[in-house]
Amino acid sequence: MTARRDLWAGLAWTSPFLLGTVVFLLIPAAMSLYFSFTEYSLIEPPLFVGLDNYRHMARDGLFWKVVANTAAFALGSVLVGTPLAIGIAALLEARVRGSSFVRAVVFFPTLVPIVAASIGWMWLYAGEHGLVNRLLALVGVRGRDWLNDPATAMPALIAMSLWIIGSPVVIYGAAMRDVPRSLYEAADLDGMGPATRFCNVTLPMISPAVLFNVVVSIIWSLQVFAVPAIMTKGGPNEATNVYALYVYRTAFDYAQMGYASALAWVQLLITLALALIVVLGARRFVHYRS
Amino acid sequence: MRTRNRSNPLARLTLYAALALLAVAFATPLLWMLATALRPADQTLDPTVGLLPRITTDAGDTVSPLAPTYWSGVAGVVADNTRAVLDSPTHDFPLYMQNSLKVALLSVLGMVLSSAVVAYGLARIRWRGRTAVFIVVLATMMMPFTVIMAPQYLLFRQLGWIGSFKPLWVPAWFGGAFSIFLLRQFFMGIPRDLDEAARLDGCGHWRTFWLVIMPLSKPALAVVALFQFMAVWNDFAGPLVFLNHERMYTVALGLQMYQNQHGGVPWNLVMTASLIATLPVFVVFLLAQRSIVEGVATQGLKD
Repeated sequence: MTARRDLWAGLAWTSPFLLGTVVFLLIPAAMSLYFSFTEYSLIEPPLFVGLDNYRHMARDGLFWKVVANTAAFALGSVLVGTPLAIGIAALLEARVRGSSFVRAVVFFPTLVPIVAASIGWMWLYAGEHGLVNRLLALVGVRGRDWLNDPATAMPALIAMSLWIIGSPVVIYGAAMRDVPRSLYEAADLDGMGPATRFCNVTLPMISPAVLFNVVVSIIWSLQVFAVPAIMTKGGPNEATNVYALYVYRTAFDYAQMGYASALAWVQLLITLALALIVVLGARRFVHYRS
Repeated sequence: MRTRNRSNPLARLTLYAALALLAVAFATPLLWMLATALRPADQTLDPTVGLLPRITTDAGDTVSPLAPTYWSGVAGVVADNTRAVLDSPTHDFPLYMQNSLKVALLSVLGMVLSSAVVAYGLARIRWRGRTAVFIVVLATMMMPFTVIMAPQYLLFRQLGWIGSFKPLWVPAWFGGAFSIFLLRQFFMGIPRDLDEAARLDGCGHWRTFWLVIMPLSKPALAVVALFQFMAVWNDFAGPLVFLNHERMYTVALGLQMYQNQHGGVPWNLVMTASLIATLPVFVVFLLAQRSIVEGVATQGLKD
């Protein structure tokens, strides 16, 4: 009797979320799945075309370019960002005078509106008068027009994204603070140096936080939109056209809702598959305390 | 990592050098934006101007930054730049501020209330299926916005919401995954005896929620409110997709359009506008630095 009443109470209390998920997430996702099998220009009703949209992807050169660009951005920001964030967190956890100020400085960029941050970095990267080139000139290096050069535009965006690394740093820091002191003392008794101790004690103990951050940053980097949309508009010569930007343009600029929906569903499947691979693959390396 | 460095002066010096380098690297972009916003138009692209602008007297003499009149000169430049942005004939920033504030307040209120209700259902009521619902909460964090933005747009158009702010704040009234997660963790930590005592006093769930749980959860509720405020204030994709009229732009979208139109050339004004857009978040950060950082930290502690 009580179990039944609790079931109804539980459902009632969680109903806002359940309802919202159905209305704003599941129904749109289902609509999107349906549209992905149609040709739909918004003006005329959707026309069923079967798997044509998915078949078209294989032949769409821009699609493959966009996939490669997104993969490059994700690889760059995760592979560089993860060790960088762990390193910064370790440095800040040394807890000397001033380290909490430095932590605030490292964290602050995550709060800056992404539009303002992107515009600020456009100015830093500006070809003629930008700070990056002014600093390079000081050491006698000739700068480039970073964002307008197909060779440097994507690396420039990755470097900018590394500036917004505050959240993982804070999460790693919290995980490091949770490592029991006794383990460090044991490591000292065993005669481990700082580097060995970091690899043998700290890293295994923070591995759940590493896994969490890697999964989150993979998901985030596959969805990156605002930074390339604002800083480079996907250019030059499509060098920074990323997946989300391509979906947006296909849907709203070219009014191809059907193809855009197919692209979006492929993105969802890729995201889920990658997250699953990372979580399963990391099982051997992630150490959970019981 | 903790105790060793104390004794070794060389290690300590390296540590301080690394920290200083870190601070400089992360502060430079914002400092440079600020420095640019302090410049009058004719110095914006001047390679001889560094962090501080050149201020001259009417007679044409350069004023030293150590002189008090220098800083009133800088204040004059800042006032000119701010006025140029706020009075821009093409972009109505005061209106964008109002729009952002309206959307932010409505969605913060909805997000806090609804997420707290849902989190109560997950944390304080024992029922079959609550683990399943919690897994759904976590799963919705995975859904890329790109997958749902086009059909959401069609849905909102069907509802007649395009042309209003509703697409930006109504969904918040159904709760959000991150807020629910954060509040659930917090509610789980509140001793159960308090509920039992309330129950013995004849309180149902509704009154327990309002009289026991909510008053004890003010810090967590504040964190959720702050995060939601920042998410809405900083959002770019949502307004870009759902707002169709310049008079409805939020600050973030208006800023992008402003930069786009000017092509960046009056960088001093573009930087001033960017800093104006950043200012509210900066104030929020100063007020609640500690709880924000702790809120982020709990994300890594899922179990």
